[in-house]
Amino acid sequence: MPPLLEVRNLRTEFRTGVGVVRAVDGISYSVDPGETVAVVGESGSGKSVGALSILRLIPSPPGRIVGGEVIFAGRDLMTLSDAEMRKVRGGEIGMVFQEPMTSLNPVLTIGRQITEMVEQHRGGNREAAQKRALELLGLVGIADAGRRLKQYPHQLSGGMRQRVMIAIALACNPKLIIADEPTTALDVTIQAQILELMQNLTQRLGVALIVITHNLGIVARYAHRVNVMYAGRIVESGSAAAIYHAPRHPYTIALLKSVPRLDRPRQARLDPIEGSPPDLTRLDHGCAFRPRCRFAVAACALSVPSLDPAGEPGHFAACFRSEELLVDAGEAA
Amino acid sequence: MSIAAGRQNSLGPNSLGPNSLGPNSLGPNSLGPNSLGPNSLGLNSLGQNSAGPLVEVRGLRMHFPITEGIVTRRKIGEVKAVDGVDLTIRRGETLGLVGESGCGKTTMGRCILRLEKPTEGAILYDGVDIANLDRRSLVALRRRIQVIFQDPYSSLNPRQKVGSILAEPMKVHGIEPDPARRAQRVGELLTVCGLNPGFADRYPHEMSGGQRQRVGIARALAVDPEFIVCDEAVSALDVSIQAQIINLLEDLREKFNLTYLFIAHDLSVVRHLCQRVAVMYLGHVVELADCDEVFDNPLHPYTKALLAAVPVPDPTVEADRSFQPLPGEVPSPINPPSGCVFHPRCPIAVDECRRTPPELRELRPDHWVACSQVN
Repeated sequence: MPPLLEVRNLRTEFRTGVGVVRAVDGISYSVDPGETVAVVGESGSGKSVGALSILRLIPSPPGRIVGGEVIFAGRDLMTLSDAEMRKVRGGEIGMVFQEPMTSLNPVLTIGRQITEMVEQHRGGNREAAQKRALELLGLVGIADAGRRLKQYPHQLSGGMRQRVMIAIALACNPKLIIADEPTTALDVTIQAQILELMQNLTQRLGVALIVITHNLGIVARYAHRVNVMYAGRIVESGSAAAIYHAPRHPYTIALLKSVPRLDRPRQARLDPIEGSPPDLTRLDHGCAFRPRCRFAVAACALSVPSLDPAGEPGHFAACFRSEELLVDAGEAA
Repeated sequence: MSIAAGRQNSLGPNSLGPNSLGPNSLGPNSLGPNSLGPNSLGLNSLGQNSAGPLVEVRGLRMHFPITEGIVTRRKIGEVKAVDGVDLTIRRGETLGLVGESGCGKTTMGRCILRLEKPTEGAILYDGVDIANLDRRSLVALRRRIQVIFQDPYSSLNPRQKVGSILAEPMKVHGIEPDPARRAQRVGELLTVCGLNPGFADRYPHEMSGGQRQRVGIARALAVDPEFIVCDEAVSALDVSIQAQIINLLEDLREKFNLTYLFIAHDLSVVRHLCQRVAVMYLGHVVELADCDEVFDNPLHPYTKALLAAVPVPDPTVEADRSFQPLPGEVPSPINPPSGCVFHPRCPIAVDECRRTPPELRELRPDHWVACSQVN
């Protein structure tokens, strides 16, 4: 079966006063039908820009998608007209954003925001859309749906709003949902509810999911495959088990070591990644992680390592020394 | 700059020399606990009760009025942010205060800092009730209590250089009146916090989030406090930077004999950093015990649910874990549920829970739980 989504060498730049920022610098990955893929990285790693680029939602200027292909269900989204693209967004690809308060329209009722989506993409009359809206709220576990449809976003709690966002994303039976930090603004117990809901629904309805997050625990619980991003590139990619138990990139290894964990005995000290994330306007020809890397050698300054097979099939790492890192990874896991 | 290098250069026990930042370095008349003189706070007993806990909160309530009308403000209700909390913070310990948004943990911190005047109850700081102190005494108090805020972007004045940000608390409290020595101390503070002394000439926007948070920490240390309230001090930082700041906080605690109140929602960070933990829910402390007790042997159903909700960064562990998320949402503190405030979401609630608020009871030595259904 061909992948549902295939991103090939996608590149997005932002022109700023201090220079060009290559926010996404040649990323390639694929998503199979029904699969959950996590994109992990810290602020500025390009994980959000990468997802927005798939949907061509990069504000221009200052941003610009400068290259690459995004093959979705057999078509290259980069070549579609704006009108065709609008049909894809919300229709075939649903979206869930981090802050439901800013991504819902504050002056429209919940019901109107769902029915608008349904009418736009599926046509049909008001009543049919209304019926679908009721059905969707039931699906995302909102009790008393009839009353909720008449309410405005500010009358709902954060968790409830995120459920509405998920209902809107599901409104037109999409094949793929892109969720950008869907639970970062929520409390732990509500976060757990929303993530379980998303997992149940995507599994039941066979929807593929791209989850963008910085939370390594969420990735471990929900993702089938993981892309780790650093400075605009995917530095490691593989199954969740491979990434967590046999990481092959120094950044992934260091990231996993730096978080305190509830399932392990308390450590005397944490093992942080030294230094700060790089300034994307001042990247050189070498590996961007080099200044913070414990394994850096002279070759790392000369060229950027490509994402090559490492370890088991389907596991890739962008490091010249990934073959040597397995021993250390064993200690990390 | 690497924190390891910073540690070697700045935090080694002997590297600062006697004249820099050690507790005795400023001479007996500058910063020691007795330096304020018995009359400066108008409180004779301050600093004399050194055997007891550093902070003792008794029956604390903080209710915020909800008003209606612009000209004549009528009170139409109250937000019961903190609703009857007893808590002690021991000298030299880090007490974690955890809970979800709206549980009152930040309000607790603000009351102890006396940024809020509590509605009811007592806050004994070093044996003296500070709940009703006047303004002048508060200024003196704040030389001993400092705070580190969550957001390193909004908590630093964007128009002030870092040097001036760090010098200001010293000026307010009359520490290092000589400008040259003050500037020297600014440099020392930066070094202690793992920053280059040259950063004194920078503006906050020229620094990364982690660097700014180090400035926030240096500012708290500027007056040589004994107690620091860390209000979500690492929550806004990226994972890799978070670990650096946590290590820094630990180093400083040891070096300056600090006591922390560590307010956070990230349970794994709290477990790493704290000796004891208080779990709050809707204005109440529901469980209070040693850190290991809370995490290895939680007794309150809310604590259990909270711990179960945290995903662990290991797919194998996660696959084996059966998991049922806690139903419902945190009710409004304006109109909290009757009896035990947790009963509408509680898996083990019985009829009695609807009627009688549970007391915080010591079920195991030093392990306090507010639930009538566990023993």
